[in-house]
Amino acid sequence: MKLEELRFGTELLKRGFASMQKGGVIMDVVNADQARVAEEAGAVAVMALERVPADIRKAGGVARMADPARITEIMEAVSIPVMAKVRIGHFVEAQVLEALAVDMIDESEVLTPADEQFHIDKTKFTVPFVCGARDLGEALRRIREGAAMIRTKGEAGTGNVVEAVRHMRNIMGEIRALQGRSRQEMADRARALEAPVELVIECAERGRLPVVNFSAGGIATPTDAAMMMQLGADGVFVGSGIFLSSNPSRMARAIVEAVHHYDDPKAIADASRDLGEAMKGLDIHLLAKEEVLQTRGR
Amino acid sequence: MGVRIGVLDLQGDVSEHLLAFREALALAGRDRGSSVVPIRSAGEITGCDGLAVPGGESTTIARMVDRKGMRKPILEFPGGIFATCAGLILLASAVEDDRRFSPLGILDVTVRRNAFGRQRESFEQDLRFQGEDEPFHAVFIRAPVITRTGARVRILARIPRGIVAVAQERHLGVAFHPELSRDRRLHLKFLEGLQV
Repeated sequence: MKLEELRFGTELLKRGFASMQKGGVIMDVVNADQARVAEEAGAVAVMALERVPADIRKAGGVARMADPARITEIMEAVSIPVMAKVRIGHFVEAQVLEALAVDMIDESEVLTPADEQFHIDKTKFTVPFVCGARDLGEALRRIREGAAMIRTKGEAGTGNVVEAVRHMRNIMGEIRALQGRSRQEMADRARALEAPVELVIECAERGRLPVVNFSAGGIATPTDAAMMMQLGADGVFVGSGIFLSSNPSRMARAIVEAVHHYDDPKAIADASRDLGEAMKGLDIHLLAKEEVLQTRGR
Repeated sequence: MGVRIGVLDLQGDVSEHLLAFREALALAGRDRGSSVVPIRSAGEITGCDGLAVPGGESTTIARMVDRKGMRKPILEFPGGIFATCAGLILLASAVEDDRRFSPLGILDVTVRRNAFGRQRESFEQDLRFQGEDEPFHAVFIRAPVITRTGARVRILARIPRGIVAVAQERHLGVAFHPELSRDRRLHLKFLEGLQV
């Protein structure tokens, strides 16, 4: 590499951006005021949306990328990074977000999928991507497609942490199960996971995913957030949990505190005091099959 | 002799900093008796010889420093401080166009946040470093730039768009992420400067 030569959009820059988010809370916001509340509370980034996931559920119909005017309004309101969601496989929505200069693109099952066969080829973009995963196979397939960050899917818009827990336990458990295996056995496992063997070996060696792994989909309280951290998350996404609670500013700050002090129950207790009502939430078992978001994209 | 390096563990790429300092100590043959530890509370700062303030979100880290009562112990810290990206913003005397938090004022420099733009404009570049023959591979992620330096500050590296590395007494401040590349020369330089 020649002196003075600049390189943009490299794997190192994309994964490095994700590393800077570690230990942080990324909050869903739908306007500039909410974005400022999130930044003030200590969010490391905001996710700019038309509606939070719980309201997407209520609204029904096809959920798409947010209006560029809405995203730009949020980008102008805060100095922390701004992320936005595109439909699974919708590479033109992603091109648009890159043109708007959002800092990270979430190829998300919360929106209605645009392609049932292919995810976006994320290596073609300068802006890094985060993608959802329920298990190790999904996570490694997304990384192979160029995702710089993974978030466990959970079940968005439910305020119910049970699926987030299931997915984090799946991934961490599957990685633990790789350790101590021979290369032949790992190659066998890679075939079953439909994932590159090099990524499988890297997981086994490091005892974790090769990229930053956040938790998402149902986190509604400081204790939910701290539990996900103790289960191995590098940080958390909170969607509906903040702005559908009775006191968003306090809830946001409390979740930031709990993520930082995730292994200190007394500090989590302090953070949890007098927060008002958390979002109401949904029982996962009462969702109809077509209402389940996590099965979108595999 | 053993040296104790604390990495401020509030938010950001803390594990990368821990690893980089452990590698540097091993390269210097000083790993025996030395330790590199994450610092999560104000009381842990004083026991260290050197302190690293990592990359992350400067707004978030600055808020945590104040909420956890770390401002005073960092200001009174007698050892050297290694400040990277967000850490550089935190240690500066002034931040252009930003009144949301007051920086610590340990390095006599003014910085501009997100000086190159958003993540899309983040870049890698080889740098000429003062006193080094081989260029240094630098990783800039939503990086700041130094726009003014005081009399006590030595400029170590600059690019056409501004100053990106400085030294002041035992402190080092860099706008990029040496912990993300393989080169450990900056960490070694910092360890030497601690004179432990």
